[in-house]
Amino acid sequence: MAKGIDRRQFLKLAGLGGVGVVMGSALPGVARAHDDDEFYFVQLSDTHWGFEGAPNPDARGTLPKAVAAVNELQTQPEFIIFTGDLTHTTDNPVERRKRMAEFKQIVGRLRAKTVRFMPGEHDASLDEGKAFQEHFGATHYTFDHKGVHFIVLDNVSDPRARLGDEQLAWLAADLGKQAADAPIVVFTHRPLFDLAPQWDWATRDGAKAIELLMPHRNVTVFYGHIHQEHHHMTGHIAHHAGKGLMFALPAPGSQPNRTPVPWDPAHPYKGLGFRGVDADVDEARYAISEFPVVRG
Amino acid sequence: MAIDRRIAITAATLALLLGGYGASFVAAQAAAPRAKVIKLSAQRFEYSPAHFTVKKGVPVELELTSRDVLMGLNIPDFNVREDMLPGKVTRVRFVPDKTGTFTFLCDIFCGSGHERMQGTITVID
Repeated sequence: MAKGIDRRQFLKLAGLGGVGVVMGSALPGVARAHDDDEFYFVQLSDTHWGFEGAPNPDARGTLPKAVAAVNELQTQPEFIIFTGDLTHTTDNPVERRKRMAEFKQIVGRLRAKTVRFMPGEHDASLDEGKAFQEHFGATHYTFDHKGVHFIVLDNVSDPRARLGDEQLAWLAADLGKQAADAPIVVFTHRPLFDLAPQWDWATRDGAKAIELLMPHRNVTVFYGHIHQEHHHMTGHIAHHAGKGLMFALPAPGSQPNRTPVPWDPAHPYKGLGFRGVDADVDEARYAISEFPVVRG
Repeated sequence: MAIDRRIAITAATLALLLGGYGASFVAAQAAAPRAKVIKLSAQRFEYSPAHFTVKKGVPVELELTSRDVLMGLNIPDFNVREDMLPGKVTRVRFVPDKTGTFTFLCDIFCGSGHERMQGTITVID
């Protein structure tokens, strides 16, 4: 439907007019005229490779389907980020590495040239990120893309869900090098704010990170962990949770237990998906499109 | 005799001076209920007991320990959190100030059943 329009037309048609943020429907195949001040990236999250159970009878097929769906996007993202829980936890260090190797092999089929990773607690909390680092490298890092400064934070390698003083000092030093109006995007696995402490949907010292980010005027956070789309503001900082790719979880605090949403045979893969993010660097604004795993 | 009388007067004066304090001290002692001690242990991926009942306003002292790996206890509604260490007892006190049923959970990732490791506290009047 949107074939042939450029990104600015796309935003205008979508009624966003460059005003930030959320698209509820999938608009695949939008042709984007990628200038230096705009780009497109994709966030995938919570693939939980190795999970087995009723919440997803196609546990070994969902990730390959998601990879295929990303590859089918008319315009390929300039980079892809996986925001944690690449694998499902296991006590067995050998099995953990096997799952990571299998995951890596599957996502190796992605057409995008740049794919970045970060851990979730299922990947890293039982061995403080050791196996993750062997397969994917650093658990926290920064990179820059077309004028946007990206910060990947690790709030999972410490099983207590802490960033820790050392990482917070590293964050402070990095932010100290950024202008107050620099466009900054933060990727985390857990929410940095107290979304649902009774479900452990929080980062114990996340408030310290938000405090460090607060003087910067253009900060947006993308995260995973909660297996659903969710949007929240802490002051001027927007936090956007992405869907998972193994099973959906209920709305924060909506029931006593955070048990997975049952698989719906009438609507397979319901609640699962990934997102594309259209970044407007000059405006430091991000238009989000949600995509399903399979088209229904 | 005169000396005994002076002593009696001094004692009576002291009693009057201290009387107010002594009475309030005794009252405070009487008003502060003894803490209810609850032994709470953790073992992947459950608490024992997984549910207990306490009274509003009555202090609770939890004696925490883990039978296997490092665990956490988090009771967000009462701002209580503590590590549960294998082979060691840790004590934490709080006073439930509201009635209802409240969740406590493990907030240290401990494996494949971590997400379902939780219990409840019921607070009654």
